[in-house]
Amino acid sequence: MQFKDLPIQKKLLRIVFLINGTVLLVTCVTFFLYEYYIFRKSIVEKLSTIGKIISANSSAALAFDSPDDAKEILSAIKTEPDIVAAYLYDKDGTLFAQYNAGSEKPIFPAELEARGYRFVHSRLEGFEPVMQDNRQLGTLYLKSHLGALYNRLRLYGLIVATVLMLSFVLTYVLVRILKNGISAPILSLAKTALIVSEKQDYSIRAVKMGKDELGSLTDAFNHMLDQIQEQNQSLKEFTQTLEQKVSERTRQLESVNKELEGFSYSVSHDLRAPLRAIIGFTAILEEDYTSKLDEEAMRITTVIKNNSAKMGQLIDDLLAFSRISRQDIAKTQINMTSIVNEVKDDLATQYDISKIQWAIQPLPTITANTNLIRQVWVNLISNAVKYSSKKDDPYIEIGSFLKDKQTAFFVRDNGVGFDQKYSDKLFKVFQRLHKTEDYEGTGIGLALVEKIVARQGGDVWADAEPGKGACFYFSLPV
Amino acid sequence: MRQDRVDLLLVEDNAYDAELTIRHLKKNNMANNLFHVKDGEEALEFIFATGRFADQRDLMQRPKIILLDIQMPKISGIEVLQKIKEDPRTQSIPVVILTSSKEDPDIQKCYALGANSYIVKPVNFESFAEAIVNLGFYWLLLNQPPLDKP
Repeated sequence: MQFKDLPIQKKLLRIVFLINGTVLLVTCVTFFLYEYYIFRKSIVEKLSTIGKIISANSSAALAFDSPDDAKEILSAIKTEPDIVAAYLYDKDGTLFAQYNAGSEKPIFPAELEARGYRFVHSRLEGFEPVMQDNRQLGTLYLKSHLGALYNRLRLYGLIVATVLMLSFVLTYVLVRILKNGISAPILSLAKTALIVSEKQDYSIRAVKMGKDELGSLTDAFNHMLDQIQEQNQSLKEFTQTLEQKVSERTRQLESVNKELEGFSYSVSHDLRAPLRAIIGFTAILEEDYTSKLDEEAMRITTVIKNNSAKMGQLIDDLLAFSRISRQDIAKTQINMTSIVNEVKDDLATQYDISKIQWAIQPLPTITANTNLIRQVWVNLISNAVKYSSKKDDPYIEIGSFLKDKQTAFFVRDNGVGFDQKYSDKLFKVFQRLHKTEDYEGTGIGLALVEKIVARQGGDVWADAEPGKGACFYFSLPV
Repeated sequence: MRQDRVDLLLVEDNAYDAELTIRHLKKNNMANNLFHVKDGEEALEFIFATGRFADQRDLMQRPKIILLDIQMPKISGIEVLQKIKEDPRTQSIPVVILTSSKEDPDIQKCYALGANSYIVKPVNFESFAEAIVNLGFYWLLLNQPPLDKP
């Protein structure tokens, strides 16, 4: 785990330990080294002093050439357990007397040197000239082991180790006791934040524990919660108001719809009755009073009947048109090819489609309302049939393609076509670009198509050439 | 005056619709035993031999078919239908509902109440006439009526 991911308390602990440890270590090592240096110096001084004393004492033995005396003087060294060897040489460099402590193997210096002490391997050795009246009578060689030094060092090492350990323990204890000052507020804040977000309860507030930066953080945190609570509240109120408005609006719409439904029903019923009478009685005239009606009168009755029939058709179409907006749109998967074929077969009962050459491409399946889509096909295909009925070789093509993320379908005929520049009027209610005498129709069919397709999120358009034919397109979202 | 046997009872408030219907039935020789009442009240009195028909009618001489217009003032067609189908004596009389619009919200109700058939009065007279004649032919000639006696 990376340091930055450790919990705060562990971080604190490690930092304090690190600092503590480093500081202590540096201090101890410094002292250690200092002591070592000082102690070495003192050892050298001590040996040097002993050397001086012994050389002074041995000058008489050398002067009087008395090795036994010299040996006796040397042997006094044994009171100094650190000194392991003392060799006295005369002025020619010959060994005059020697002292070897205990089990130490005598190792004689290779050559005699002038006065001086030095550390060699793990020994301190030195040369002290024996003088008398400024004449060198000989040289004293001393060798001391560093036992004392090593003991000292060991002692110091032990002290350092103990101090370090104690301080670690102390640090740990103190950190544990004092951590609350730093980490407690942080942990408390973190915990509060966690609870707030888990329970989504924005009424909880964090406890401020001090006036330091954490205190300001706690204040800021609490302030944020205040704001959130407030915003939540106003959001809730707003949603409620909105819901109220929506349900009110829905109620209004529903009642308007109901009114419209009732209205359409009465319209259809009440408009149709007199129409029935007009048509029926005109028929009576035609049938029962034929003898009393001349040609012109018969023509007039025909006009009356035709116009009444047209009015009936208009009533039906208008009602169908208004019904579209009131319907719920239930969408299902629609097999366009089968619907087109159904419509084509249905049309065969109304129109003579035997002469028509059909080219129906395979059509994709889409999701939409079956009845409405069927209505679209009925209108478009019956239009194509109607407007190509006067051609000798009527030809109707039906297909589909992709356009702008929608599936587009088209019905193309080679009929009478229309003038392209009026094409946007085509889809309006009651707009017709041809005369009723030439092609029957009420002018609602295409408006119905446009309304249905628009309601499902699609588009309609058309292009044509007078005399050559027309192509009507509608697209639906995929 | 005792009524002659009535085979077809036409309940229609619209005088013109009635006239057209009767005229066409006459043309096809189906209007011999036809009676026309102009509203629901008269229809019920006729069927149940009450009110103005108390002495004139024998309830058990039931018509072979009742053509019943739905939209009528005062007592509506639905009420008449209900009363006819509720009474065990008149239950079995076939009732054909006439309406001027196929969006009539009452169509389900009519079938639920026991209407035998439901016909839209088309605007186009030819179709209307044809429907009437088919009706007459079917119910007056083809269909086997329930027995007169209970």
